[in-house]
Amino acid sequence: MPVWQILFFVAAMAFLVVMSFWSVKSFRLTPDFTFANWIKMYGAGYFQDTYLRTVLYASLAAAVSSAIAFPCAFGLAFRVSPNVRRLIVFMLMTPYFTSYLVRSYSWKIVLTENGVLNTLFGWIGLGPFDMTSNLFATMVGYLTLILPIVILLQYFSLVNVDRNLIEAAHNLRCGRLRTVFVIIVPAAKIGIILAATFAFILSFGDFVSPSFLGGSKPPTLSILMVDSVKSGSQWPRAAVVALTMVFTLLVVAFAALTLAYGSGKRGR
Amino acid sequence: MQKTRDKRGRISRRRFIEGTTALAGVAAAGLTLPRKSNAQSQETINLLSWPGHGAQDVIGPFEEATGYKVQAKEYTGGEEMIALLQSSPPGTFDVVLSDAEYIHQLQQAGLIDELDPGDYPLDDYWPEFQKFPSHWVDDKLYSVMVDYGFLGMVYNTEKLTREEVDSYAVMWESKVEGRVGMYDWYLPNMMCLSLYQGNRPPHDIDDKTFEDLKKMLFSLSGQMSGIGVWSSVFSQLTNEESWVMPGVGAWAALLLENDGVPIKAVVPKEGGLQWTESLSIPSSSQKKDLAVKLIQYLTSPEGQVREATKSAYWASIPNKEGWKLLNETMPEAAERLEHRFDKRNVMDEFKEGKIHIRNIPAQQDIEDWNEAWTEFKNM
Repeated sequence: MPVWQILFFVAAMAFLVVMSFWSVKSFRLTPDFTFANWIKMYGAGYFQDTYLRTVLYASLAAAVSSAIAFPCAFGLAFRVSPNVRRLIVFMLMTPYFTSYLVRSYSWKIVLTENGVLNTLFGWIGLGPFDMTSNLFATMVGYLTLILPIVILLQYFSLVNVDRNLIEAAHNLRCGRLRTVFVIIVPAAKIGIILAATFAFILSFGDFVSPSFLGGSKPPTLSILMVDSVKSGSQWPRAAVVALTMVFTLLVVAFAALTLAYGSGKRGR
Repeated sequence: MQKTRDKRGRISRRRFIEGTTALAGVAAAGLTLPRKSNAQSQETINLLSWPGHGAQDVIGPFEEATGYKVQAKEYTGGEEMIALLQSSPPGTFDVVLSDAEYIHQLQQAGLIDELDPGDYPLDDYWPEFQKFPSHWVDDKLYSVMVDYGFLGMVYNTEKLTREEVDSYAVMWESKVEGRVGMYDWYLPNMMCLSLYQGNRPPHDIDDKTFEDLKKMLFSLSGQMSGIGVWSSVFSQLTNEESWVMPGVGAWAALLLENDGVPIKAVVPKEGGLQWTESLSIPSSSQKKDLAVKLIQYLTSPEGQVREATKSAYWASIPNKEGWKLLNETMPEAAERLEHRFDKRNVMDEFKEGKIHIRNIPAQQDIEDWNEAWTEFKNM
């Protein structure tokens, strides 16, 4: 385990850090020790805007996916028979048998002006609605990537909630809805937070949805990273973006873990 | 002798840095460089090119006739091509296909060899292309044109009329609000806007004009439907998300037309850009004789016809003998490519002076233009 961590995380990260201080001369990566890349990127208004936007997009994706996933995961954990549950869990895994790129791209058939949805809306006298190259399309792409995982993680957490607690709440005349928010959600808190964290992490680094469905305008950090390399071979600046992303994700992951496990230290 | 290890046999710092630079270069090249194997190293020609040139429909007859294998590494932008050449181990590529605007950079960096004009059928080329300025430095030939095309705008013929797209001004019309698309590369888009601004040549502008150009670009933000890579551009045009796109030409329109999409290309009254693709031999190639043979094939009439009608995209060709063969064997393609001798053809547009060679910025750094592009995308 430590060997793998050193090889694939620590060493790669160290290389990224070193590269962020290198320079590019005539499109050629040149060893150097300059802060120019950091100053350039952190001083650029477009980088600050893009950073904020990416954090907001990923947060929104985590919130929306958690909200949509919860009723599904709840029904799966408490309402359906074991056979149906097995079938649905299997079906939630099947999207990952296909490339995410293909799945995202196929949304274009549904969302464009002449697409399936607008055709249906047209039949009832509505639309056409602009559903591509905007935040809505990007979110649809993000949900394509993360929703099944969020449902599954929430389900695994909910299914392990102690049924005696729920029964006790009912015996004490606690209403159904109140039982969900007072008993079930706190008991499944760890899974729910981890699911949202996964959603944030995957959306934060995603390139496919904001570029192919969102139209690259405005861009996210992953697009900015690709742009840095594509036109100017600015690998060091791409490294600055990448390190910023890694650092952000580490902060978010630690904050989420603290939130999930931290408040467990209650007084006896 | 170069000292690479110290007394204890440890690798010196210089050697380590050289090694890591090379490693970084390989990483930057995407780890997908053509591989050498002992069995193939004698007969494989490694080509670095835009997509499509290494496909079987283009180089199949050459491979069959000679027994050599052409292995292509594809790139999607001129700067990426230079970076790949710079960072790859010597001898990785034997032939490089480049846009004309990068030939001087390649030559100045010592990355490509001088060519012998006698090796290639330049006398069969249209006179305009026999001594194409970008390909010659100090009267020495460094690159041979293989195909070219014009960039202006492409538009949806069901949404816009030919008259409406006669000027780049159409992009600011309320009719196309949210319907202007662009390919994600600063160069063709900003050069077309520079033409609209009245700059001749469009790439050679002073800083004040460049600031005005940026403002003009930024003013298009509200009109945009999206910016994307080629797959995304094609999908935007097909799905009618974008009705008009600057910096794109007949090569894309013809591909879409083949699929029944109502898209046509136009060179607006302010003029258009010429893109050219030409072949050079990297200085570090170990198989320069084979490289010459591949270039000879691609500039021969048969190679030219294959280049003109390649499945990746159609293009105009500079060799008149190629035009003749195209008219004889594929008259319909000659018609659609406007390569007929007996009626108005693509060379007329060139002769009328509406076409300017696409070039990299002359008075500003590429980085400044790139940054303006990134800012625009952020709006």
